[in-house]
Amino acid sequence: MSQLRFTKDHEWVRVEGTTATVGITEFAQGQLGDIVFVEVPAKGKALSDGGEAAVVESVKAASEVYAPVSGSVTEGNAALPDAPDTVNKDPQGAGWFFKMTINNPAELDSLMDQAAYDKFVADAS
Amino acid sequence: MRYLPLSDQNRADMLAAVGVASVEDLFADIPAAAKAKATFNLSNSMSEMEVERVLSAIAAKNINAAQAPSFLGAGNYRHHTPASLDYIIQRGEFLTAYTPYQPEISQGTLQAIYEFQTQVALITGMEVANASMYDGATACAEAATMACRVTKRAKVLVSGSVHPHYRDVTATALRFMDLHIECLAPDPVGVEDLIGRVGSDLACVIVQTPGFFGHLNDFTALAEACHAAGALLVVCVAEPVSLGLLKSPGAMGADIVVGDGQSIATPTMFGGPGVGLFATREKFIRQMPGRLAGETVDENGRRGWVLTLSTREQHIRREKATSNICTNSGLIALAFSVHMTLLGEAGFRRLAELNHAHAALLADQLETLKGVKILPSAFFNEFAVQLPKPAAPVVEALAKRNILGGIPASRFYPTYPELENILLLTATEMNTEADIAVLVGALKEVLS
Amino acid sequence: MTEIVTTSGHRALQIEQPLIFELDTSGSTAVDLPAAPKVRTRLGQLRSDKPIGLPGLSEPEVVRHYTRLSQKNYSIDTGFYPLGSCTMKHNPRLNEKMARLPGFADIHPYQPQSTAQGAYELIDTLAHWLKTLTGMPAVAMSPAAGAHGELCGLMCIRSAHEANGQGARKLVLVPESAHGTNPATAALCGYRVEAIPANAGGRVDIAALKAKLGPDVAAVMITNPNTCGLFETECIEIAQAVHAAGAYFYMDGANFNALVGRVRIADLGVDAMHINLHKTFSTPHGGGGPGAGPTVLSAALAAFVPVPFVVKGVDGFSVEEHAGVGAAKQSLGRMKGFQGQFGVFVRALSYILAMGVDGLKTASGDAVLNANYLRTELSAELHPAFDGICMHEVVFDDSFLKNTGVSTLDIAKALIDEGFHPMTMYFPLVVHGALLMEPTETESKATLDQFIASLLALARKAKQGDQAEWFKGAPRLAPRRRLDETQAARKPVLRWRNPEVGGVVAKQAAE
Repeated sequence: MSQLRFTKDHEWVRVEGTTATVGITEFAQGQLGDIVFVEVPAKGKALSDGGEAAVVESVKAASEVYAPVSGSVTEGNAALPDAPDTVNKDPQGAGWFFKMTINNPAELDSLMDQAAYDKFVADAS
Repeated sequence: MRYLPLSDQNRADMLAAVGVASVEDLFADIPAAAKAKATFNLSNSMSEMEVERVLSAIAAKNINAAQAPSFLGAGNYRHHTPASLDYIIQRGEFLTAYTPYQPEISQGTLQAIYEFQTQVALITGMEVANASMYDGATACAEAATMACRVTKRAKVLVSGSVHPHYRDVTATALRFMDLHIECLAPDPVGVEDLIGRVGSDLACVIVQTPGFFGHLNDFTALAEACHAAGALLVVCVAEPVSLGLLKSPGAMGADIVVGDGQSIATPTMFGGPGVGLFATREKFIRQMPGRLAGETVDENGRRGWVLTLSTREQHIRREKATSNICTNSGLIALAFSVHMTLLGEAGFRRLAELNHAHAALLADQLETLKGVKILPSAFFNEFAVQLPKPAAPVVEALAKRNILGGIPASRFYPTYPELENILLLTATEMNTEADIAVLVGALKEVLS
Repeated sequence: MTEIVTTSGHRALQIEQPLIFELDTSGSTAVDLPAAPKVRTRLGQLRSDKPIGLPGLSEPEVVRHYTRLSQKNYSIDTGFYPLGSCTMKHNPRLNEKMARLPGFADIHPYQPQSTAQGAYELIDTLAHWLKTLTGMPAVAMSPAAGAHGELCGLMCIRSAHEANGQGARKLVLVPESAHGTNPATAALCGYRVEAIPANAGGRVDIAALKAKLGPDVAAVMITNPNTCGLFETECIEIAQAVHAAGAYFYMDGANFNALVGRVRIADLGVDAMHINLHKTFSTPHGGGGPGAGPTVLSAALAAFVPVPFVVKGVDGFSVEEHAGVGAAKQSLGRMKGFQGQFGVFVRALSYILAMGVDGLKTASGDAVLNANYLRTELSAELHPAFDGICMHEVVFDDSFLKNTGVSTLDIAKALIDEGFHPMTMYFPLVVHGALLMEPTETESKATLDQFIASLLALARKAKQGDQAEWFKGAPRLAPRRRLDETQAARKPVLRWRNPEVGGVVAKQAAE
């Protein structure tokens, strides 16, 4: 059973068992504007909870993508660097940034669920 | 005052609109005690002719190269400035324009930067170049820090052929970033072994051609050694006119080429402002400091240019920026580009040939003097000469004879007694055979 | 409105000009040089006769090329630049004339010191003005621009801490409203950066600052007036708190134009401040430089000043060129080649002598008056982000555009068609959709009134609520419409490549 969680930095994480897929949300891609460059982490990179995992750049901004929980990278989305606009078109599907193992599933509990994230975004605007 | 358009009536009308009694009231936020201390023992405003009088008097205290034959180089060179160049860069739309952040009304600057970037890439033999840095020395420092970023290593090796200012500015920058630098001793004879020192702890090796003492170097083998060890090769070019005649650093396998465009762009101007040249491989563009002009189209499909990849820069990336550079050397880069355009391929080559020929003539004449030895066997327009006695007093004696006869190496290297007798001499297309004869004749007298 | 089409693609004085590489007449040159004398060459194995690929043109073609390019540029000589913290004031041509005196232009930085006494005097005279105007005892003349001056200031601060056994201080505090060069510079000096929030009045929240001051703080970097155009009224208290915590106070001097002749920054407790000669002191912006960023220093930092620096002695001037010896014993080292931005110094001193201290004081007064006039008049339709008097610049937020579908960017692009360079947009970050304007003292009331009329009309048009489409299409009258910056960043094309050599085919010039 997969669960979807969100961070305050507008990352989403979809968890299936002990692996997770991470990307940025629809709201984040809208804020950034046209994405021009993506750097995904290499397999094996160790990630700390809230540590820097990837880089995303638009014309007007550059942003870190942070690890939502601690773990280690199993795969970076190799298709993204050549087609950064995928992040704009399908941020929560084909625009995923990396997959990772999860060290401590309890860390997920402090993240927002869909309802909480939707409210978070509504309050911020 | 002629630069201030507001009349007393304007001020009165505007103060009324703003709703304050006087201009002083607008400064109410400044603490009164601090304001009270603001009295200055400085002169009041002057007419143009008074300013001219004061500054001309100061300028007259210098001996300039039109008044005395000048054979000075060491990273700052006297070449001829075509008349058109100075008029073009003084057009108000170039001189007084801001950074081209609004591309729709800055296409002149942006197209010129794009042309400059291309010319720099062509002459250095590299794939891409940026819109300029402050000067060659700071460009060298930026190359070193970039190499550390790219290789994720923390140590840099600097050859003894590198201009001491480029070396020192790089050392300062690296020290404050807690990166390490090893500087080899100055190398007037050109014998240092760099290949043997290349290790896998190095981010880059920094070299120069023509070297500070004039040597011409082919770094192809060194480039291979660096790449085998995962390090980058940074090549400095302090005299870009040399690139009109010599194998380019790109052809040798350089990863980053830096230098100063002063010799092509501007008169000697007591050493500044120059223009830092910075060129590298396409694969490193996101690690490159400085501004970049890139091609694109507008809404009507017309080709145009914009500043691009700005997210590397300070105004967006802030503390993660590749550099903190903002203002660079735009007008001098334009001057460089204009001069290169005026010269064209044929003119650039011919200028280089003339420079070498004059330096070779100087060398031939010097070799007739007893005890004088030209150190490099191959050089471009400058070379180190070993004299039979200390060079600094010789230079002073030449100055008394109204000749600016070279720079003593000791001025750059005061703590190296073995360099005391070494004199750096340069001859460009501006030095006539008569100048050369005067210098050699005077040197003969001074040395005897 | 149908676009008029011409056969040439030119539009009267607006000429579509190809790249020089596309105009190449192989073998042409605009510089005739004599043939080289016959000599025994000494080039070793390094001679190359391979073509470089540089284009060649005749002199008339070159002059025409650059004249046409220049005509696509906006400039101070053309019109008003209300850019915040840029101080786009008039660039007097007297400065250019003085910089071209042979006694300044045709001298070498390393000619014997006895033959360059006028050059050292020029540097020393400018240094004297900068020290006197700021009340500071020392100045580093070598930084090449404002950001370089910031780096110099922070390097002096770090050197001072290390000399005092305080090298463990690794944190620099910077307001949220700071220019991007501030945190970028701190990082280059090995420091971590933390932001200090602003209070509701747009100034540094001093309580928040005091809470962050501790034994790990090396310095605080403050801009005053700040980037919201407001004087940091608690500046002296901030300096006292910073010093009490064992840290140093760096001031970003980009906004010095508001203070010249009215207050000495030494009296505000500052330890180091860079001065942008290309802002406050009228040296030209040149499309992106060169500038100069001399940095005044307090007594605590003076010993660390980078080489070279000029020393005035009884017998004349000399220059200290080597760190670690004599007067430069504690110098932090060299930051720049040769003697610094000498050509920029000549221009700045020419301006300073022309203005005189009385003129400089009148200038700061007019600069602040002009900004307040904009604030008052534009408030008819725009909303100033902060209440009360501003200094030399004023910032508005984008609340006046609420529910219009028009953004700050769109307003800026529409201003271009009105004949004005846009103001600074989206900076400082602390103001939503910021429009930051600094008129400077060299704009006439008539120009300001024209600008005000245009901007108010655009604001009213936006507020009609159904004009978003129209605004998105601006500018229409400039040499180019809006350009595709996304494409430029996704597929960077940073140089021309010869299509015959298998490179990227150059796009066609305008039809």
